[in-house]
Amino acid sequence: MLKELLIISLSAILIENFVLVKFLGICPFLGVSKKVNTAMGMGFAVIFVMACASALTWLVQQYILVPFNIEYLQTIAFILVIAVLVQFVEMFLQKNIPVLYKSLGIYLPLITTNCAVLGVAILNITKFSAVSGSFIKSLVYGTMAGVGFTLAIVLFAGVRERLESSDIPKFLKGMPITLIAASLLSIAFMGFSGLKF
Amino acid sequence: MDILLPVLAIGGMGLIFGAILAVASKIFAVDIDERVPQIVEVLPGANCGGCGFAGCNAYADAVVKGEAAVNCCPVGGEIAAEKIAYIMGVTAEKSVKQAARVLCQGSLENTDTRYEYDGPMDCLTADRLGGGPKSCAYGCMGLGSCTSVCKFGAIEVKDGVAVVDEEKCTACGACVNICPKHVIAILPVTSKVTVKCSSKDKGKKTRTVCKTGCIGCGICAKNCPKEAITVENNVASINSELCVSCGICAAKCPQKCIISTRVIKKAAVPNSTDDNRDDDAPPKIQVAKKANKISGSLSNN
Repeated sequence: MLKELLIISLSAILIENFVLVKFLGICPFLGVSKKVNTAMGMGFAVIFVMACASALTWLVQQYILVPFNIEYLQTIAFILVIAVLVQFVEMFLQKNIPVLYKSLGIYLPLITTNCAVLGVAILNITKFSAVSGSFIKSLVYGTMAGVGFTLAIVLFAGVRERLESSDIPKFLKGMPITLIAASLLSIAFMGFSGLKF
Repeated sequence: MDILLPVLAIGGMGLIFGAILAVASKIFAVDIDERVPQIVEVLPGANCGGCGFAGCNAYADAVVKGEAAVNCCPVGGEIAAEKIAYIMGVTAEKSVKQAARVLCQGSLENTDTRYEYDGPMDCLTADRLGGGPKSCAYGCMGLGSCTSVCKFGAIEVKDGVAVVDEEKCTACGACVNICPKHVIAILPVTSKVTVKCSSKDKGKKTRTVCKTGCIGCGICAKNCPKEAITVENNVASINSELCVSCGICAAKCPQKCIISTRVIKKAAVPNSTDDNRDDDAPPKIQVAKKANKISGSLSNN
C-alpha cells in the first residue's frame, strides 16, 4: 500500500504534472507567477484546497451521486462542493488562523474558479473509484497534484524573475517570451513520462 | 418523475451547503472595527505609502489600533486628518500642507553640459555616467525620473530642471526618494523663501558651472533678522521653522539663488519692508481659520 501511494505521489508531481503535462490551471500559472513569493502563496493555497476537495468530492460521489444513480451530475455537484468548500475554508481561516489567511490573501477565493481543482476531483473518481482504498488514494493524489502545481509555478516564477532582467527582443517582451518559456518547461516535464516503475 | 431525484439531490445539497455557510458566517464572524472601513473611505486611496504604511488599508488599521496619528496622510492633508479625527473622536493636531520643492535652478540657460548624454531618460542611469551630463555635479539633471515616479502628475521637467506644481503635489515623497542628486525636499508651502541650490562645491567652482549657484558667501545669513539661515558645506539653508518669509535674503543674495515666491508675485513693489507687513497679516488669518475649524469639529462631537 505504501509503495502504491509513493508511486501515486511521484506520478502526480512529476509524470502527470497538472500544469505542465495535463495543462490544467494555466490561468493562475501565468497570472500569479511573476514573483516567487506570490507563486509560493498560490501554490500552498492550491495544495490546501485540492486536498480538502479530494476528500469531500469522494464523499459526495460515494454517498450521494452513486446511490441515487446520478453520476452524470458529477461536474455541477463538484463545482458546488468546491465553491462551498473554499468559502467555508476562507471564513474558518479568517477567524482561527488569521496569519495563514493573510498570507494566502486573494489567492484563496481565486481558487474557486481554478479548473485544476475540479480536474483533480474528477480524475480521482475515474482513476480510483474501482480500486480498493480509493479514499486514501484520492486524498494522496489530490495533495500531491497540488504539490506538483506548486513545484511548476515556483520553478516558472524563478524563470520569469530572470526574464525580467534579461535582454529580450522587443517583439518577444512580456507574454510571448513567457509562453515560450512555459512550453520549454513543459517539454522538460514531458521527459518524466519515461519514468517506469 | 425521473427528473425529481436529481433535482432533489442537487437542490438538497445546495440547501444544506447554503445553511452550513450561513451558520458558519455567524460562527466565524470576525469583529472588524467599523471605524476601519470608515477611515479607508475618507482616505484618498492612492496607496502611495506616503504615511509610512503599506497602503491606505494598513494605515487605517494602524490608526484604529492607536499605532499611528490621525494626520499622517500627506495626500489627504488637513481635510482627511480632520475627518479621521472625527471618526476616531479626537481633535486633529493642525498639520501644515507640505509640498516637494526642487532645490536647483540649473536650467539649460543657467548651466552647461559636460558631455552629450544619449542614454535612457533616467536620472539613475545618467548619474552613473560620471555624475550626469550637467556641469554641476549637485544639480538637477532634468531627465525626469521624478516625473515618472510621481503618481499625481505634479512634477515636470521645464528647461532642463524639474518643477513641482504645489497645487497637485501631495508631499508623498516618492520624488525625494528617487532623485539621485537629492535636490528635492519636502517643505511646508507656507514658507515662501527657498535656497534654490544644492551645490556643495566651493564658491569659485560653483560660479564657473552655474549662473545662479549658491557660493556660500553668507550675506543672507548676516542679513536674516530671525537668524534662520545657516551656511554649511558652501550652501545656505533656511530653517523653515524660524523663517518668516520676509524675503530680505532673497533681495540681498548676489547670486539670486534664494527665491521668494512672494517677491516674484509683487515684483512691481521694490520696497521690501512693505512685503514684511504683508507677510505678517496672512498667517494670523490662517491661525484664526484653523481655530475655527478645530472648535467646529469639537462642537460636532
